Amino acid sequence: MSRSSRSAEPRAMDPRQAHGHDRGDRVPHASLKGYLTGFVLAAILTAIPFWLVMDHVVHDKDVTILIILALGAAQIVVHMVFFLHMNTTSENGWNMLALIFTLVLVVIVLGASIWVMYNENANMMPMSPQYAHRKTSW
Amino acid sequence: MHDRSALLHFILGRLSWSAIPYDNPILVWTFVAVSASGIALLGAVTYAGKWGYLWREWFTSIDHKKIGIMYVAFAIVMLLRGIADAVMMRMQQAIAFGANMGFLPPHHYDQIFTAHGAIMIFFVAMPFIVGLMNFAMPMQIGARDVAFPFLNNFSFWMTVAGAMLFMVSLFLGDFARTGWLGYPPVSELAQSPGVGVDYYIWGLQIAGVGTLLSGINMVVTILKMRAPGMTLMKMPIFTWTALCTNALIVAAFPVLTASLALLSLDRYVGTHFFTSDLGGNIMMYINLIWIWGHPEVYILILPMFGVYSEVIATFSGKRLFGYSSMVYATVAIMILSYLVWLHHFFTMGSGADVNSFFALTTMMISIPTGVKIFNWLFTMYRGRIRFDVPMLWALGFLFTFTIGGMTGVMLSVAPADFLLHNSLFLVAHFHNVIIGGVVFGAFAGVNYWFPKAFGFRLDPFWGKVCFWFWLVGFWIAFAPLYVLGLMGVTRRLSHFTDPSLQIWFQIAAFGALLIFLGIVALLIQIVVSIRNRDSLRDPTGDIWDGRTLEWATSSPPPAYNFAFTPIVYERDAWTDMKQRGHERPTEGFKPIDMPRNTGAGVILAGFAFACGFGLVWHIWWLAAGAFASLVGVVIGHSCNYQREYHIPAAEVSRTELAYGRQLAQQASGP
Amino acid sequence: MNTTAGETVKSAAPAFYCTEEPHPQNGALLGFWIYLMSDCFIFAALFACNAVLGGSYAAGPSAKDVVDLPGLAINTALLLLSSVTFGVAMLAMAKDRGRATLAWLAVAGVLAAGFVGLEIREFIHMVAEGAGPDRSAFLSSFFTLVGTHGLHVTFGIIWLITLMVQVGKYGLTADNRRRLNCLGMFWHFLDLIWVGVFSFVYLVGVLR
Repeated sequence: MSRSSRSAEPRAMDPRQAHGHDRGDRVPHASLKGYLTGFVLAAILTAIPFWLVMDHVVHDKDVTILIILALGAAQIVVHMVFFLHMNTTSENGWNMLALIFTLVLVVIVLGASIWVMYNENANMMPMSPQYAHRKTSW
Repeated sequence: MHDRSALLHFILGRLSWSAIPYDNPILVWTFVAVSASGIALLGAVTYAGKWGYLWREWFTSIDHKKIGIMYVAFAIVMLLRGIADAVMMRMQQAIAFGANMGFLPPHHYDQIFTAHGAIMIFFVAMPFIVGLMNFAMPMQIGARDVAFPFLNNFSFWMTVAGAMLFMVSLFLGDFARTGWLGYPPVSELAQSPGVGVDYYIWGLQIAGVGTLLSGINMVVTILKMRAPGMTLMKMPIFTWTALCTNALIVAAFPVLTASLALLSLDRYVGTHFFTSDLGGNIMMYINLIWIWGHPEVYILILPMFGVYSEVIATFSGKRLFGYSSMVYATVAIMILSYLVWLHHFFTMGSGADVNSFFALTTMMISIPTGVKIFNWLFTMYRGRIRFDVPMLWALGFLFTFTIGGMTGVMLSVAPADFLLHNSLFLVAHFHNVIIGGVVFGAFAGVNYWFPKAFGFRLDPFWGKVCFWFWLVGFWIAFAPLYVLGLMGVTRRLSHFTDPSLQIWFQIAAFGALLIFLGIVALLIQIVVSIRNRDSLRDPTGDIWDGRTLEWATSSPPPAYNFAFTPIVYERDAWTDMKQRGHERPTEGFKPIDMPRNTGAGVILAGFAFACGFGLVWHIWWLAAGAFASLVGVVIGHSCNYQREYHIPAAEVSRTELAYGRQLAQQASGP
Repeated sequence: MNTTAGETVKSAAPAFYCTEEPHPQNGALLGFWIYLMSDCFIFAALFACNAVLGGSYAAGPSAKDVVDLPGLAINTALLLLSSVTFGVAMLAMAKDRGRATLAWLAVAGVLAAGFVGLEIREFIHMVAEGAGPDRSAFLSSFFTLVGTHGLHVTFGIIWLITLMVQVGKYGLTADNRRRLNCLGMFWHFLDLIWVGVFSFVYLVGVLR
């Protein structure tokens, strides 16, 4: 594409393209405060799960697992907002749409795989007696 | 061989003279034929002094049009290999009854059906769709090239490199005997200790990298490089299907990469993902590979749906009926394709609840496809239909694919699938939809866009011959398989004991012969068209009275496609321009910067091939060295910041004015 | 009908061709983001394997036997700090401070190299203890998921060094800035995946 200067004449095109600089190269505005906030939040969200496991704080294993996964998900959001500067407007919203598309499919793939394989294992895996009590997944 | 010196073992890995199949006459004669024709071809090119031309104009080209053409040419060459495998299988199955064991022992037959499936899917169907999308889509959106032209070239050569690994397996070692998806435990080291599965794995991994990068490339192209005014809902429908297809490629191919990588870890490192012992779970492989496998078949068909939409609208002289519903149907198919994969293994034992869920989703996914079929029919209704060759393929598709889809819905009924799974009914179903959908679409697309690519159209007579041989041949080859499948005959068998089945296989073999003649007709069509190109010339660039922007360029288009980027107001932008009396600019041309050719893609793919070959034969120094070289070339290439060349305004002006004179001549002509 | 700049010509047909080229859009950032999404799918498949096979100890070492939680905490801290320092490097780049950018990139690289180094040490130790990837399906999936992540970090470091050399040589050109932005996305993405890895593979694995 030739790098000619922009003209002043009206033409039927996306008005956002007439903006001053190339939107494709524009990086969301980051700041030191943002990175430090993200760092502190991430550190806290990391420390809590470690503490829960190392000190056996909650006696119910399943509840602990849920808390760890929830905090992990929260930290992933922190990383996305504070480090990756994710928002709904970058790349005309395509970044967010691509992310949502990926997340939906990943949830399907992970969730359905676990469901399917649990059922397959229950029906098809010949367990010798010593392993019969142990589930290969849940 | 066991007292080979350590040095020899280091240099050659497990490669040795015994890898060459001297004892297999079929392979020996294949080698002779391939070598002879290869030498003849290389000799002819050398004699004509065309190596420089080929390297400069084609192999190193980053022009999406040339890359698209190379993909399609490559697909046709690989089609010849795939059909050879098919004909051999049909012949074997037609004669191997009772005492007659046929001419293919089981271990050879197994390699043939594995190679046939893998080659047809990865090296025929995928290159056809990627080639057509590459060629047409950027022009349809008014762009000059794709978003990442160098990556485009690299993707093509990686596909070729993967295919070359498959082809080398013919003459060095053997190929996988596992079926085209490489199920464990057969594909594990214990049951397949040889090189066959490794050829399969690395061929697909290398080609897979190319495909994934191509997917990213085209998604970004469509999202960011559309002409001004072309909103999403004003894009040509082929571009919409290209967008959804490439989104699926980005989402699905990584899962294939992961699955094959895990299998290769089992084979090379001794891990236990899919082994039968120490905790491995064979069913997990099947789960993962079909998570890729089902979206893959939608990747294959969606672009062809786009081709049919363009072809049917153009040759009915009407705009596509129900554009919005077509778009929604395509997006729905894209999402739903991720919810149906278990229907490929209903019988593996996940139980009634799971099977019912996936049976329902599978039935649901047929609905948007049905919407599309009705839209195509309504597009034709009250249109002025022209029965040019692309339209014939579209009509053949409507009939053939619909029936194939219906047999798919039959298979989606899980209890019925317990009889039909892995029977010849299944084989007939997927050939029905892939040939009726993908192959017919490939021929429709090739015939449709050929004049745009080369400036003359394909000979219509031989095109019709090809079509009728394929259509009739397909039904004669595969209808008997439906009958056999319902009777309970299993797939992938090389020998049978029940003589009452033989007649069906003989009919099927005759059908395969007709298809083979169809391919011969295709080759004749190409040769005749080149010879008669002057009488088949397309002087205006719009030979079919097209509706989309690619027809607004000359045939073939200049490297830069459009001297001025078009402005779009309506769907079917070119029809809109023609109806509203557009005039081509005759002055004010600007210089154009285009990306430069590069040999880096060929070189990188060459290193990838060498790395794959080293991994297959355990020649570790070769694998490591080739990989390191690959990384080195990537880094070196990134140091090259001068990647464009300049087309001066005067040259643009000359090209455009020449085309303008040609159009004026046509308008005032005979 | 094409119009010349500044004039609006009344004619039957609207302008069908741009007389000036629309501003070129660079797709590198979007393209790299989409590549990262595809990487998500590779990791998703590996996480699925870990979910399904993660309890298959085959009478061998379980997660409790091999996981060293304090070491894991150090590793996590290294990677998180690496991510933050990379961000600071990007801030320096935005302010056109080339030397500061290179300095912070070097810090980020060293921290990441420390992460990879500790991980390699952990792996060697596990193999020596008989808990290698070939011992059981659990260990296979553990080594592969953690190892794939580590391999990504390693390639990131190679890319970082390459870019540092190029920035040192050619300065903070538009191309180099774009590439640093892509590398930054890659860097933060890998830290994000690590959150999943340490949460699910290590912590939840220990609890299973």
